Amino acid sequence: MVRPIRRRRALAISGAGVAASAAGGLAGVLASGRAPAYAQAATIHWLRWNDFVPASDQLLRREIAQECQRALGIRLNIETINANDIQARITSAVQSGSGPDIVCVLNNWAQLYGQSTANVDDVAEAIGAAQGGFYETSRTVAHDGQRWVGVPWSIVGLQIAYRKSWFAEVGYERFPQTWEEYRDAGRKLKAKGRPIGQTLGHTFGDAPAFAYPYLWSWGGKEVEADGRTVVLNTPQTVESVRFMTAFWREAHDEGGLAWDDSNNNRAFLSGSICATLNGASIYVEALRRPQAYQTERGTPMKDDIGHAPLPRGPGGQFSYHVPFTNILMRYSRQQEAAKRFLAWIGSREVFDKWFVSQKGFSVGPTRIWEQHPLWNEDPVMLPYRTAAQTGRFAGYAGPSNRKAAEVLTKYILTDMYAKAVQGMAPEQAVREAHEELVRIYGAA
Amino acid sequence: MSVTTTAALRAPEAAGRGRLKGLFEDERRLAFALLFPTMLLLGLFIAYPFVKGVMLSLTNAKVGEPGEWVGLANFAKIWNDAIFRTAVWNTFWYTAVTTVFKLALGLWLAVLLNRHFRGKAFVRAFILLPFIIPTVLSTFAWKWMFDPTFSVLNWSFYKLGLIGGRINWLGDPDLAMASVMIVNIWRGVPFYAISLLAGLQTISPELHEAAAIDGARPWQRFWHVTWPLLLPVTMVVVLFSVIQTFADFQLVYVLTGGGPANATHLFATYAYQIAIGTGLLSEGAAISLAMFPVLFLVVVVQLLYIRRVETR
Repeated sequence: MVRPIRRRRALAISGAGVAASAAGGLAGVLASGRAPAYAQAATIHWLRWNDFVPASDQLLRREIAQECQRALGIRLNIETINANDIQARITSAVQSGSGPDIVCVLNNWAQLYGQSTANVDDVAEAIGAAQGGFYETSRTVAHDGQRWVGVPWSIVGLQIAYRKSWFAEVGYERFPQTWEEYRDAGRKLKAKGRPIGQTLGHTFGDAPAFAYPYLWSWGGKEVEADGRTVVLNTPQTVESVRFMTAFWREAHDEGGLAWDDSNNNRAFLSGSICATLNGASIYVEALRRPQAYQTERGTPMKDDIGHAPLPRGPGGQFSYHVPFTNILMRYSRQQEAAKRFLAWIGSREVFDKWFVSQKGFSVGPTRIWEQHPLWNEDPVMLPYRTAAQTGRFAGYAGPSNRKAAEVLTKYILTDMYAKAVQGMAPEQAVREAHEELVRIYGAA
Repeated sequence: MSVTTTAALRAPEAAGRGRLKGLFEDERRLAFALLFPTMLLLGLFIAYPFVKGVMLSLTNAKVGEPGEWVGLANFAKIWNDAIFRTAVWNTFWYTAVTTVFKLALGLWLAVLLNRHFRGKAFVRAFILLPFIIPTVLSTFAWKWMFDPTFSVLNWSFYKLGLIGGRINWLGDPDLAMASVMIVNIWRGVPFYAISLLAGLQTISPELHEAAAIDGARPWQRFWHVTWPLLLPVTMVVVLFSVIQTFADFQLVYVLTGGGPANATHLFATYAYQIAIGTGLLSEGAAISLAMFPVLFLVVVVQLLYIRRVETR
């Protein structure tokens, strides 16, 4: 039988407790000069983009944040914003010396803020060593040659999403392997009102992800390995531009000159284009709403979508995927906690949950994720599994440094092709782009 | 004793009141006291950022790096930058064309709205809508209307039998600039219309009646009565509009991002791309400041002209 506690006794007990804790606790805190443990829980502010896979953001906010609190005693404050606004936030944060502790950046932006990021060598090296080593793409954007300026987080793989039945109708049961074949298929499909959709606009993802590997596949490149000698203006580059002008006219949707990173998704899902270079978001969306996205025969479009890498050119076959890197800001007052967090969330056990939520839209920054059972679930996603292996990044054959980032953010290579397809002579388009590159790479 | 004490206490109070009175009676001091809050605000929010921008443009500062003094090197660099030259030309062209259209359409609208008709108040409020809606929001709506694949304009024109194929609104360099201009004009006309309408309402109807009695036709009444009296207001409106249009950012940033192939880059969008996108703060500041001499000249010329008109 439970003995009832009278009101007076309850007050006496609780009062004594409060008095004891106040006397002993406060004295202890004052003597040690440290706040009690419960008040010391660090809060990490992590700024990220609005993920194309919303389920991943939900996972981070709910499950991962709670686990972080339990495992590390760190309160995780996740803020997601439009990817195009991240750089503005970083700039204001760096200049004012306050803002998010960790920012998940895209492309080679980490190189732009190298002076403002903390050293994370220990965290990055440990993750790389434990997980089979980083892909070259991840390494080149997160390492400045001296140190890790950020911890590689993931890579959004880019492949051509295409309509299998439409390509089969024009004789390509297997997706075109060379640019010549792709042009031939595109020409036939455009004649049927089903052009290829490719952006050559000012947009951070799909445009450079096409222009750079297309250039490399013809044997062209920005600079030599020294990162200073500009070698863009070569017969190979001119030939790539010449081919592109005809390829664009014959096979592409001309509206692509104004597309951003989402236009091609909408165009593909509406059945307006036959193929487009993209992340897996088109397929993921078609999979999510099979009744909404259907073929002209009334079947779910998801069953008619295939994925393939960019075709091969005279110079080889290359790809450019969008890497993500977590940079720890130097101004952050939570250096130690932030490093613990980065090591924790990059660990195999924790990252696995986020990786699975992406369903293949993102691959890991290290090779170990190629072996994940996720890839056995859906053969349509299989081309993304090893896509990052052929990845290079802006600035090739030199380092992907600040100058390469300047070329990238000025869209110089994308505009080289855009100007040519709008009527500028290929030689002139290449010459102008080359001169711009000389001004950038030659500057102090 | 108590009287002495009270008097002693009151003496400094009276002296303080006297000093305050003296302060307010001295016009120079009073003017300074009244202007001080404004000067402080202008100094903090206008002068300081401007001076800071000038200092920044004379260094090689990057994001997170204070940089060193480089003199006019940034200005020399942008002068040799082909994209900058394109942006300069685009900005002048964009400002000139849109200002002419905004003035013509705004004036026309103002004259119409100055007449008496049923529902006048409602129409006047409705006209202001483009100006009231946040620029980013309305520009996103226009972006949808100009969409390369799903343009409602193309669809409408096609259904009306006006076009046989798609108009590549934002993909063609010339059409992209025209599209950006259309949106700017659409947004700017209400500002002109309402401001000029306010000006029109200050013109005494008796002047028009007198001119009409003298046999002046409507056009002659407008040209010889309305226009000269409206000119000072028009100049001020144009002045504000030119400054805003010259430094336009949101509209181009949302609609085209400066593309295709830099065909719609303006000073502000290019400065943003260089300063924020590339992290070259000093170069971005130099691009922004390159606008200053032009705007300064526009302001000086227009203010001188306004003064001349007013003292005539």
